[in-house]
Amino acid sequence: MSAARTIIRVTRAYGRAVEGEAVVSGEGFSPRYDLDRWSGIITKPGHELEGLNIRDKVLFFPTAKGGVAAGWAFHDILSKGFAPKALIFGVTNPVMVQGAVFAGVTITEGWSRDPRSCLRTGDLVHVDPAARTIVVLRRAGPAGR
Amino acid sequence: MKLTREEHAMLRGARGEPVRRALEFQLEVGRFYDAECFVPVTNAHMMGDIEVMGDSGLDYLRRLARERARSQVPTTTNARCFDFAHVDRLGQDAGEAAKERELIECLRRMNIMTTDTCINYQTLYQPHLGEHLAWGDTGTVIWANSVCGARSNFEAGPAAMAAAMTGRTPAYGFHLDRQRKGSFIVKVATELDDVAEWGALGKLVGEPRQSYYEVPVFTGIRRTPTADELKHLGASLASYGSMAMFHMVGVTPEAPTLSAALGGRKPKVTVRVTRAAIERVFAGYRNPDGTCNFVVFSGPQQSLLELKTLAELFEGRRVHPGTTVFVTTANGVLSAARALGYVQKLEAAGVTLLEGVCVYILQDLTRMRVRNGWTNMISNSAKIVNTITAHRFNTILRRTADCVEIACTGVFR
Repeated sequence: MSAARTIIRVTRAYGRAVEGEAVVSGEGFSPRYDLDRWSGIITKPGHELEGLNIRDKVLFFPTAKGGVAAGWAFHDILSKGFAPKALIFGVTNPVMVQGAVFAGVTITEGWSRDPRSCLRTGDLVHVDPAARTIVVLRRAGPAGR
Repeated sequence: MKLTREEHAMLRGARGEPVRRALEFQLEVGRFYDAECFVPVTNAHMMGDIEVMGDSGLDYLRRLARERARSQVPTTTNARCFDFAHVDRLGQDAGEAAKERELIECLRRMNIMTTDTCINYQTLYQPHLGEHLAWGDTGTVIWANSVCGARSNFEAGPAAMAAAMTGRTPAYGFHLDRQRKGSFIVKVATELDDVAEWGALGKLVGEPRQSYYEVPVFTGIRRTPTADELKHLGASLASYGSMAMFHMVGVTPEAPTLSAALGGRKPKVTVRVTRAAIERVFAGYRNPDGTCNFVVFSGPQQSLLELKTLAELFEGRRVHPGTTVFVTTANGVLSAARALGYVQKLEAAGVTLLEGVCVYILQDLTRMRVRNGWTNMISNSAKIVNTITAHRFNTILRRTADCVEIACTGVFR
């Protein structure tokens, strides 16, 4: 493992420190509009991450889409075993925050650098809400994922 | 956060364990947003149904009901996933319907009014300028903030329920003056007629600027919009843009002038919406297999005036064989529409009226889609065209009269 270094500082954060595989999306997210909550797979036709299972991933999204369903949805997918490790948003909305807090899923908002400029899907990252940092632990292989 | 003596007592359990847990949850959310204090709320509106809550959510409610948790302010519920009169016809799961009944019973034991409507602002409660609320369903929030000048954030199910139990919510976001100022200007350079065109405007403005912190200021509106037009605009902005407030100069209460709406904030950008842009929205939908056997008037539920319009358009006609038309509304609206004869006209045409639900949250919708051979969903609601996509519908926005024409002829246009 190469020396870990802080890649991104986040503005706001809640939850436990977690490690997981990064999934970096250029498109926003809603667990109601985009996700099949019975499989954990993003099913919205044409979504940049269509077909991806969010289970145990550290998900990077630039924005949150509307929809109050997220409040129960994260709790529901947690109980079904599909919860992500963390939700990292450029800009989020209170529904995502309330849903994540209710389910005990780590969530952050605001980033010092666009993750698409410094992270690739498949990188192993460490998210530390108390320190408000995201660190890369291991880079993905050349294939990216 | 700065807490009152009462709030400290609540955290010590003076008002019971459910209130203590609810306030702790609200504190975490408040800390995330650097809220300085709580504000009392007069009204809560929550989303809670078995489709979105799942078994874990039902367990959570059972526990709260057992612990005798009770809402402290009038609390109503949003549209749900079952109209019990239609469970068999829609082929929905009887076991899940039984869970939904139990869920409703739990909510009632908690002093929550299971009104099952996403148009509470048209049917149940009209808040006033400056009134603090804890409302869920993004369409209700953007209406309260924009049209009434009331103050609410998007409050998801657990958050609205927590606010109902504690009678307060953390003071961040749209409870604060600073977030309510306009952040960019939208010059509307065209007349808008049908509700679908107002929804298209919301898509054009919201989709490229998804952010809870953006507050568009509409100018150039050439005539007084109706409540239903503002409803579709707001629901669309909230859905595509995650936005919780807009101003409309000369129309909404915090926008008597452009400078009042901006409140000293420099607008980031001025966007111009032309007739051509609105037409491009409608031209942008594809119908890959040419089918048009599923037409929906829902999301938000229909007002009495919308039902009147639909009854007039469907009167004397028949839904095309093989086509399904769903119209959803609230209990009170349905009752009035029946008294006025609108329901009879719609049912005579073969339209299915569903009460207390919204189509995109119907339990088992994905299987219903497959079983009925629905690949496309056609609607006059820009919101539902966006929200139903997780069920893998191809969606198409059309004006109200066009939707009725498609429904009755089976010909896509």
